[in-house]
Amino acid sequence: MSALLFLAVAALTIASALVVILHKSPVYSALGLVGTLALIAMLFLGLDAQIVGFLQIIVYAGAIVVLFLFVIMLLNLQEEPEAFAPSALVAFGLAGGIGLAAIVAIGLARAPLPTGPLRDRFGTTELLAERLFTTYLLPFELTSILLLVAIIGAVVLGKKKLP
Amino acid sequence: MTDPAPLSWYLVLSAVLFGLGATGVLVRRNLIVVFMAIEIMLNAVNLTFVTFARSQQNADGHAIVFFVMAVAAAEAAVGLAIILQVFRARATVNADEVTMLRW
Repeated sequence: MSALLFLAVAALTIASALVVILHKSPVYSALGLVGTLALIAMLFLGLDAQIVGFLQIIVYAGAIVVLFLFVIMLLNLQEEPEAFAPSALVAFGLAGGIGLAAIVAIGLARAPLPTGPLRDRFGTTELLAERLFTTYLLPFELTSILLLVAIIGAVVLGKKKLP
Repeated sequence: MTDPAPLSWYLVLSAVLFGLGATGVLVRRNLIVVFMAIEIMLNAVNLTFVTFARSQQNADGHAIVFFVMAVAAAEAAVGLAIILQVFRARATVNADEVTMLRW
């Protein structure tokens, strides 16, 4: 990904993430989330991770955000007059967020980051599938159990009014 | 400006996104928006994993992102079901008003 394109995508990503955390209406927040996730998928493509980028679109933008929108629709949420915590807490939150970003950025900037010409098959479905079914076979199978438990849990929780 | 962007830029962007997500968790009261901010933080970490995978030319980073996505999907399903139950019990999704565990 060229530097100019990266800067444009990065600016849009930050802008849509700001929409998520600043907009008072949860529906607009969800739409901002779609934008953020799709732009992050573009960054994945820029990092030569095709399959991860496509999974990002399918799983996140396709499934998770739709789930969010359905819940917002079920709850019939409107714009909230008091969407934010009291301003003293907001100041602490902002300071914490900026400080955290600075610490993480400094730490990451110190990491050695060699880069080189792309090895063939890097980022392809073939290579990822090979890893998942050899090195990560046990975690992969456990993931299916996790998803089954999540399905059952969501159904049980959503079924009836708990006391 | 046709050179490829340095990989460290991706790391800085992911740090900024993580900070934005953390800020969202701290300043918002709506449980659903807090959830969305958590998703932004998870994605920032995924971006870091993919960047290091590109740097090391190692697909393990992609495999971990795959697992993070699966866990995030499970978390979103169960978490939103819990929020739905909280709304049914208290008719609010404001985190400040859900004080059932406070004594």
